[in-house]
Amino acid sequence: MADKKIYAIYDDDYVLLESAKHLVSKGIFIRDVFSPFPIHGLDPVIGLKRTRIAITAFIYGMIGVSLALTGMWFFSIQDWPMNIGGKPNFSLWDNLPAFIPVTFEFGVLCAAHGMAITYLLRNWTLPGFKAHNPYLRTTDDRFVMEIHPHDNSVSAEDIKALINETCVLEIDEK
Amino acid sequence: MHKEAAIREPLILGDDVTYTKISNDVLATIEGKTTKSWKVLMTIATIVGLWGVGNILYLIGVGVGTWGLNKTVGWAWDITNFVWWVGIGHAGTLISAVLLLFRQKWRMAINRPAEAMTIFAVFMAGLFPMIHMGRIWMAYWVLPLPNTFGPMWVNFNSPLLWDVFAISTYLSVSLVFWYIGLIPDFATIRDRAKAPVPKLMYSLLSFGWSGNAKAWQRFEEVSLVLAGLATPLVFSVHSIVSMDFATSVIPGWHTTIFPPYFVAGAVFSGFAMVQTLMLIVRKVMHLEQYVTVKHIEYMNIVIIVTGSIVGVAYLTELFISWYSGVEYESYAFINRFSGPYAWAYWCMMTCNVISPHLFWFKKLRTNLAFTFFMSIIVNIGMWFERFVIIVTSVHRDYLPSSWSMFYPTWVDIGIFIGTLGLFSVFYLLFLRYFPVLAFNEVKSILKSSGEKYKNMSDEDFKKLHPVKK
Repeated sequence: MADKKIYAIYDDDYVLLESAKHLVSKGIFIRDVFSPFPIHGLDPVIGLKRTRIAITAFIYGMIGVSLALTGMWFFSIQDWPMNIGGKPNFSLWDNLPAFIPVTFEFGVLCAAHGMAITYLLRNWTLPGFKAHNPYLRTTDDRFVMEIHPHDNSVSAEDIKALINETCVLEIDEK
Repeated sequence: MHKEAAIREPLILGDDVTYTKISNDVLATIEGKTTKSWKVLMTIATIVGLWGVGNILYLIGVGVGTWGLNKTVGWAWDITNFVWWVGIGHAGTLISAVLLLFRQKWRMAINRPAEAMTIFAVFMAGLFPMIHMGRIWMAYWVLPLPNTFGPMWVNFNSPLLWDVFAISTYLSVSLVFWYIGLIPDFATIRDRAKAPVPKLMYSLLSFGWSGNAKAWQRFEEVSLVLAGLATPLVFSVHSIVSMDFATSVIPGWHTTIFPPYFVAGAVFSGFAMVQTLMLIVRKVMHLEQYVTVKHIEYMNIVIIVTGSIVGVAYLTELFISWYSGVEYESYAFINRFSGPYAWAYWCMMTCNVISPHLFWFKKLRTNLAFTFFMSIIVNIGMWFERFVIIVTSVHRDYLPSSWSMFYPTWVDIGIFIGTLGLFSVFYLLFLRYFPVLAFNEVKSILKSSGEKYKNMSDEDFKKLHPVKK
């Protein structure tokens, strides 16, 4: 097959980062990088946009806050107002100080869980799913760049020649 | 290549540390055979835990009357143990969340075991209010569920209900935070595993993690936001626990300093428990290169700070009880330090206020045996703090005719000891089957904080890691 993926295998995160800079400066598009831990400074080099997952957390949190307030308003003010210890439940506004703790906790609960579920779905990681790292050692001590020849204007041979200028451990195609 | 300031001591010791070595060292217990000492400890912990379960079943079968509670003292060991266990939990979240926000790199070697401690401690804590209900099969009544009692809802003005929300949110959010950090480490174990059963187990646990660049980017963002959420959460949880007391009109409980005072106390006791566990773990599992004396010293410094806050709180409380001019309030405190429970009060004072200040001496706070001893002292002291607050405040109320004492029964003692056993069972399982350190995170600080790299000049570094041929 003409269009095999090229994998450049490195044994160090710093070397991979500097090599990625080198390749990108030569106009190579790096499709993905697999590493055992996050490589700081890599995202802008290979052109990854910042994730928007933090915004989803805010939205989930606000949903939680609204749900908690609506619920407490319904239970304690609307449906069955109770007078406990001479402290009746009159209106949401009057009771708000007592409702803050539950509102806060429920907001955090929804934000954290909503974001975690979104995170797992966006990464497509759930129990029973198959991993797709190209080499087993990329989760331990290998750092691998994945380059697709069809993403680039130059030929696979030229890409490999460019990778070979860096201190790569091994170049593999599959 | 950016290194940390030379004045900071290295966090990873040894000139031979490589990425592979970190994995090998941390995963040795998972990939190796079960050791004899683990089996012995597990057997003891299981027996003690089962003893506790037996006591709990007896309590549920016969009733709360089997505890030493009486008409005057309605809360005693049960709530003491509850607050003690929740407090212990706080260190884990503090280490993983607050220290992440402060970008403290030393958290990386201890956050995983500390968070495991948090989760198991909160399990133990949650048990006590549940069994204290007496009829545990009605525990779901704390939830706002539609019901047939006329639409009778739970009371959202009550701190006891806030507690339900606080503890359950705290437990589940801590669990999520911990697990999201565990996924990449499980993936490493999965990819290293040779035998089919562990391979299957860890591939299920690792959710098919591949470690691509976008996943890592999301991972870091999620960790940061979860830390941002967990930080106010951890402060709110113990504040709400303290409001169980502070919003009631019992002299000795009805004080506004309770929330910060409880939070500081919780962090204080939690760090002591982390010390107790980590000093054993680092020794037995040979992790001295990653959990260094410097880590222990940092934790001891947190113990001095929070211990001092607790000390100030005790003295403030004492002063205000006199300054308020309320005779019931004053009596509550006079009774604490000179009444029949004075021994507990002075035990608390010695353990929590005086002893942490020995850590001002560098020799003592870097001495591991002394640290271990002190961590036990602080744990005992913090248990007594809760006992003093709860029992001495209620055992002599407004009517001298109903004054009484609290004596624990064997069920009280059995359940407390049993929770220690159950906690140990969970912790030992964690040590055997889960990656004890967040080793992939530790790898990421090897270049900035490892001893080998800190002593290296930039030229040597470039020679070691050449980029171009």
